[in-house]
Amino acid sequence: MDSLGKMVAKRVALGLTTLIVISLLIFLGVELLPGDVAETILGQSALPETVEAFRRELKLDLPPHIRYFTWLGDFFQGDFGNSLANKRPVAQQIGWRFANTMFLAAAAAVIAVPLAIILGILAALYRNSLFDRFISVVTLSTISFPEFFVAYILIALLSVEIILFPSISNINEQMSFLEKIHAIFLPCMTLTLVVVAHMMRQTRAAIINIMASPFIEMARLKGIKRARIIVLHALPNALSPVINVVAINLAYLVVGVVVVEVVFVYPGLGQLLVDSVSKRDIPVVQASGLIFAAIYIGLNLLADVLSIISNPRLRNPK
Amino acid sequence: MAFFKLLRQSPLSARIGLAIILINVFAAIFVPFIAPYSETEIVGDVWISASIDHFLGTDHLGRDLFTRLLYGARNTIAIAFVTTLLSFLIGTISGFFAATLGGWTDLTMSRIVDIMMAFPTLIFALMVLSVTGTSVPALIVVIALLDSTRVYRLSRAVAMDIEVMEYVEAARLRGERIWWLMRHEILPNAMPPLVAEFGLRFCFVFLFIAALSFLGLGIQPPMADWGGMVRENAGGISFGIFKGLWPAGAIAFLTVGVNLIIDWFLHIASGLKD
Repeated sequence: MDSLGKMVAKRVALGLTTLIVISLLIFLGVELLPGDVAETILGQSALPETVEAFRRELKLDLPPHIRYFTWLGDFFQGDFGNSLANKRPVAQQIGWRFANTMFLAAAAAVIAVPLAIILGILAALYRNSLFDRFISVVTLSTISFPEFFVAYILIALLSVEIILFPSISNINEQMSFLEKIHAIFLPCMTLTLVVVAHMMRQTRAAIINIMASPFIEMARLKGIKRARIIVLHALPNALSPVINVVAINLAYLVVGVVVVEVVFVYPGLGQLLVDSVSKRDIPVVQASGLIFAAIYIGLNLLADVLSIISNPRLRNPK
Repeated sequence: MAFFKLLRQSPLSARIGLAIILINVFAAIFVPFIAPYSETEIVGDVWISASIDHFLGTDHLGRDLFTRLLYGARNTIAIAFVTTLLSFLIGTISGFFAATLGGWTDLTMSRIVDIMMAFPTLIFALMVLSVTGTSVPALIVVIALLDSTRVYRLSRAVAMDIEVMEYVEAARLRGERIWWLMRHEILPNAMPPLVAEFGLRFCFVFLFIAALSFLGLGIQPPMADWGGMVRENAGGISFGIFKGLWPAGAIAFLTVGVNLIIDWFLHIASGLKD
């Protein structure tokens, strides 16, 4: 499988290039600021000495290319610099928040992925039935609703009207696994609802697409049983698009987490990013932005690689 | 008129969608005449329940919620609309340029767009806004630039198909300039897919701005806007005060309306009969 390895390597290289360009963009974003970050953040009335000290702290006195490589080098060694707001190392703040975000996203994914695939396949098989219509109306409205609307409706129903789950998902290390699950139940459900809608619609479309292809019709004309057609003929071919859909939606999930974390005051990376943006805490924004970008690009890369592996046709580009 | 004929044949869902949009646009334009109070006027106690004087009660500062909702329609829709327009202006012009010029221009622009699209929009916007600050013009320009990448993709693809037509070739041989080609040959033929895309992009931009405002990084108070109003009134939810659901519902309402219209439009454009 030499060609396969080569193709995968090519995609990985492309992903890495994108990531490097983005890190450059993130870095340059601060650079292109009219005037100077130091002056912008400290305000017009800041003393020259304060501005100077601040500039040294951000290493703004060094030339840009040196700063970029130091920043990137430090980043890969896990040193993200110090926060401007509380002077603590960024890595320390990001560490457990990152774990929390991953925990929430993973919990949502574990529920959402199987649910979406099963619903998508069922909707495709019983196309235009009452079940399909119902599912499609529900998912279409969940897609149209902003995440926070879904979140607040869930809070109103399950946290205020019937007190089942907390509306503020505060978790800490002392909590047991079950307590954590209980705490994150509502944000997890919000994410699940939003992602299932997207994923299920795309799965449905992929399956319908395959069921309409000539080889399925051929199998049907040969008189093969419906279950056999689905399992042996349709499923292997549907695997590639479905895997793709899942990976892309997982990438969406990791980003979609930002709004949901803010709604439920969940101590995750998204909440930190939003807080830091409003405080203009540039090092934290840069670091968490780069982490989000890396995950997003990584998952999209995974989608590409998995679909190459699961679909032999993609291995031989014309 | 062709439009009314089309409307008579339209399905119920499209009519509902149209009604929703008309209600919102009407509210947005005529707010000063229909709103019972002014945008930032404090009219009573905090979180009063609904009454004859205050249709939806008051918000977290004692401002009339119904009035704020109407002004919110004006601000949110206007900003989203301007952003979408700007995004289309940038996206279509650059997309058409890439398609007609081809070669290096096309390659460079497409690679830049690829990279921008490989980065989650929300994170990108948050990072840029942390640098530019959250004024309304910055918000419009940043979101329009980010969103124009999708418009670029579509308009480039559409223009590529048109560009190889004989009439474009003829105009080229006539010695017409690029700008003329884009304006008179490509644009009119690229209209239908672009119009449908406009609706989709508007929805996206509208939800995006609402999300940013909800995060406190979009339209800033005291200006009324739906996303921000959800944020402001969210604190009441744990006490069983569901005021925040009104603006959130308004956002969902308008998005569903626009989506219904797009579905109908795509249906007509695709030429399907049922």
